[in-house]
Amino acid sequence: MSGALVAEVLSWAFIVAGSVFVLIGGIGLIRLPDFYTRIHAAGITDTMGAWLILIGLMFSAGWTLITVKLFMLLFFLAATSPLASHALAKAAFLRGLEPMLGRGLEIEGDHD
Amino acid sequence: MGLFLRQDQPWRASRRETALSGVALFVVLMAVWLLNSGHYTPLIIGFGVASSLLVVFLSWRMGIVDREGLPVHLLPRATVYAPWLFKEIFTANVDVAKRVLTPFEPNISPRLFDTGVTQKTDLGRVIYANSITLTPGTVSIGVKGSYITVHAIAEDVADGLQEGEMDRRVTWLEGERR
Amino acid sequence: MDQFGAATLALLVCMAMTLFRSIAGPTVFDRVLAVNSFGTKTVLLIAVYGFLTGRPDFLDLALVYALMNFIGTIAVMKFTRFGDLAGMEDDDEETL
Repeated sequence: MSGALVAEVLSWAFIVAGSVFVLIGGIGLIRLPDFYTRIHAAGITDTMGAWLILIGLMFSAGWTLITVKLFMLLFFLAATSPLASHALAKAAFLRGLEPMLGRGLEIEGDHD
Repeated sequence: MGLFLRQDQPWRASRRETALSGVALFVVLMAVWLLNSGHYTPLIIGFGVASSLLVVFLSWRMGIVDREGLPVHLLPRATVYAPWLFKEIFTANVDVAKRVLTPFEPNISPRLFDTGVTQKTDLGRVIYANSITLTPGTVSIGVKGSYITVHAIAEDVADGLQEGEMDRRVTWLEGERR
Repeated sequence: MDQFGAATLALLVCMAMTLFRSIAGPTVFDRVLAVNSFGTKTVLLIAVYGFLTGRPDFLDLALVYALMNFIGTIAVMKFTRFGDLAGMEDDDEETL
């Protein structure tokens, strides 16, 4: 009985925390000034937002096959989202999209 | 009809390694099938065995059945690396969230720089580059030889990466072989 | 309203923000990034909605959508870079 209550409370906590991170990612996607910085905002949604929501769903599902599927979904998201971000950033950089850098900073290293 | 012939491909792994990796790949695919299907009749399980065998065969023909394609040998050390990475990702998330939510103007100072890698194998470099991208605040833009081009959202995030703790841990994860 | 309803609401609001970015641009990469992020949120929305309506079978759809979203982004990026999905000519660097 109390075990179910603990699972319910944990599910609430994780899902609400995940929703907050998802919202922060969305705000960042609008607020940040250029493409390369927006990737970081999308990264918040892809990592903490998605993971916390999925972990919350796991607590709600309990020890069933559904939890295994949720874990698989978590694994796929964790494996594919950095690859997609990297492919985007690399394509943009090779296409010559100039990053907006901090005050007084220049691109370091030799890139043609 | 060269369907079953092993072509002259120098990047292929040894027969023993290929056989072991092939069996491991089959076991993983079969586990995914059984966990996802939920129907345990002989017909459906037979379909699963057939699909898994087909996928293993196609992968073998592509020459990607080797230690690099299915790095099960990294699993013991990955159980130590993954929790550290999750902790790192959590702190980075909170940090970037604070920067995004700073009033009036986001508190950012983006920097693009090269950082050296100490991993010897391609697999280790890919793991390092993916770990960098997975951590919010840093995105790897390119991997060239022994350095990775990184875009960081702020200068102290970049300094934190260049201290090289993640690099050392990935090198440890990769092991000393080769 | 339970926790699933709250998460659905947050995801929908965030998807609206992402949609704004994909319309506003300004570069094609911003749009692809927004569409990719939108896809991730769609996966989460499908999963959460399955729990909201008490039908967790929706998770299978979420799994398939996650994989398709990834392949779609990679395909669009490859097309933007090489103008072709089959080969990778005029590229002297290693890809991905």
